[in-house]
Amino acid sequence: MFHRESGIFKTTYAADAALYPLPVAKWTVAALALIFIVIIPLTVHEYYLSILNLIFIAIVGALGLNILVGYTGQISIGHAAFMSVGAYTAANLAVKLGLPFWITLPAGGLMAAAIGVLVGMPSLRIKGLYLAIATLAGQLIIEWTINRVPAISGGAQASIEVDRPSLFGFSFNTQGSLYFFLLFFAVLAIVATLNLARSRIGRAFVAVRDQDIAAEIIGINIYRYKLLAFAISSFYAGVCGVLYTYYFGIANYEQFQLIVSIDYLAMIIIGGLGSVLGSILGAVFVTLLPIVIRIFMEDVGSLFFTTAEMANVISGLRLGVFGGLIIFFLIVEPEGLNRLWRNIRSYFRVWPFSY
Amino acid sequence: MSEDLEFALALVLNGASIGLMYSLIALGFVLVYKATDAINFAQGEFVMLAGLIVAVVLGFEGAPLIAAIVIVVAVMIGFGFGLERVVLRPLLGRPVVAVIMATIGLAAMLRGLGPVIFGSETRAVSLPIGDEPIVLGPASLPPIQVLGAVVAILLFLAFNWFFKKSRMGVAMRAVADNQQVAQAMGINVERYFALAWAMAGVVSALGGVVWGSMLGVDVHLALVGLKVFPVVILGGLDSIGGALVGGLIIGIVESLAAGYLDPYVGGGTKDFAPYVLMILVLMIRPYGIFGKRKIERV
Repeated sequence: MFHRESGIFKTTYAADAALYPLPVAKWTVAALALIFIVIIPLTVHEYYLSILNLIFIAIVGALGLNILVGYTGQISIGHAAFMSVGAYTAANLAVKLGLPFWITLPAGGLMAAAIGVLVGMPSLRIKGLYLAIATLAGQLIIEWTINRVPAISGGAQASIEVDRPSLFGFSFNTQGSLYFFLLFFAVLAIVATLNLARSRIGRAFVAVRDQDIAAEIIGINIYRYKLLAFAISSFYAGVCGVLYTYYFGIANYEQFQLIVSIDYLAMIIIGGLGSVLGSILGAVFVTLLPIVIRIFMEDVGSLFFTTAEMANVISGLRLGVFGGLIIFFLIVEPEGLNRLWRNIRSYFRVWPFSY
Repeated sequence: MSEDLEFALALVLNGASIGLMYSLIALGFVLVYKATDAINFAQGEFVMLAGLIVAVVLGFEGAPLIAAIVIVVAVMIGFGFGLERVVLRPLLGRPVVAVIMATIGLAAMLRGLGPVIFGSETRAVSLPIGDEPIVLGPASLPPIQVLGAVVAILLFLAFNWFFKKSRMGVAMRAVADNQQVAQAMGINVERYFALAWAMAGVVSALGGVVWGSMLGVDVHLALVGLKVFPVVILGGLDSIGGALVGGLIIGIVESLAAGYLDPYVGGGTKDFAPYVLMILVLMIRPYGIFGKRKIERV
């Protein structure tokens, strides 16, 4: 991640696709693991752990959306709905059948994947704008259905309370223990995506994105891979929804409205389309931004707004800044924060002898 | 006339007038798509912005309605031009997904900053048309719906004239048909792109007045924008007549669904039926009733 040789010396495809591009990368990963597993949970205050937890959940969702939008070049404005499918599936299984998280979590993901394939069906016939509108319709129809059918939504206010996850009698019921629970799944998602991207499937996704006709000619079944992208992507989304449910202890449709889909689109655009690091950076950025805005507004905003208006102002500002950033990054730096990071890194690659 | 039939007819008339109001907003979407191939996911937010401006102007003591309308039309024209210059032009030649996401970002920005700047309370836009329902056969329609329908039809006629007869309209059709050839014939394509956005601004301004007066102006006004998609998909994305017919059909379907299905499912079919219809259209005939068959098969 941090160390690079001073040029490109790779001579085989295997070297190019290796998970650890240099031996030293293993040490970087080991250092990161040490920081995240030992140092942070021991030293950081619970409030900051809760922020990290939210980031971990967002990473899973952002990676999923990036597989679909960034790698495969399809578009989905309905990802929040897939999350809600996962969340309500898991909540119903956990409450009605009393199943543990290691069953409800994959079940939620699989259910979301099934619905995702259904919503993604139109991508076989249409693309671009039409697909965007079809997934938008999917979002609205799923939202409506969950809200109206008490068998799914659990009746009152369409929310289901869920117990915290537990394993071998140990219950993850504090921020500190949830930290490890969520860290595990975030890392799993990151490693899975890294490996997916360098596998046959990942290369097929990229081929479909770059030139679908050429991809078909070299023998990629684009129907299969598009549906596969929708399935994998909504599986991630479903898992993300389940994690939200376990983290908050409640499944509520308000967490999965259209606006959340836009949040996740913002993450991958700001972070960088088609990149794992970009998804992570975007998730961190988008999760931290409202917190920064809130702190800023509590200090400065009280000069202009009364306390009663403040909540509205903060949520409005948050949405406004997201929108502005999406436009800004699309116009100025379409590859997002990931590209900025790469620019910085390649500057230091041969530093201080850059010429 | 039997009672059932009267009920149905009343639903149809009510739906048709609402549907024409949908076409009013859909017109803005179609104009932009036709001329520039850009998809505007922020059409509802345009309407909200226009409604906010009207409400703010009317909020001043003694401000006449006509002044408010003139101001909002002028502001929205400027907004359309500015938007094209700042956001859309740098994205020319980029994948269609980039434009879609830019307008989604724009929608989020307007929806977020609108209430911060203008305040989040619901404002009323009162038009001097009274509250007496207008009785039309078996249906009695609120006057605002009738006004909205009339405005939509007038705008439709005006655009029809514009595209058929005026020099600019013909040039715009040329741009829509083939940008390169139009440019070769000496048409300033970028200027017509800007003009299309400005025209969308005008349509949204009038939509903002009518819809704002019907629903009250706050953030939720932007939600009418979501109804634009069923309308334009059904009518055909690049057809102005399609927006009108699509709006009528969606309005009627919505009203019938609400009238006949709501008692069974406990309300809300109104927000559901149009999208189901839209998915069906996307599956069977994605270019809509009047749209050009240029959709790229995958």
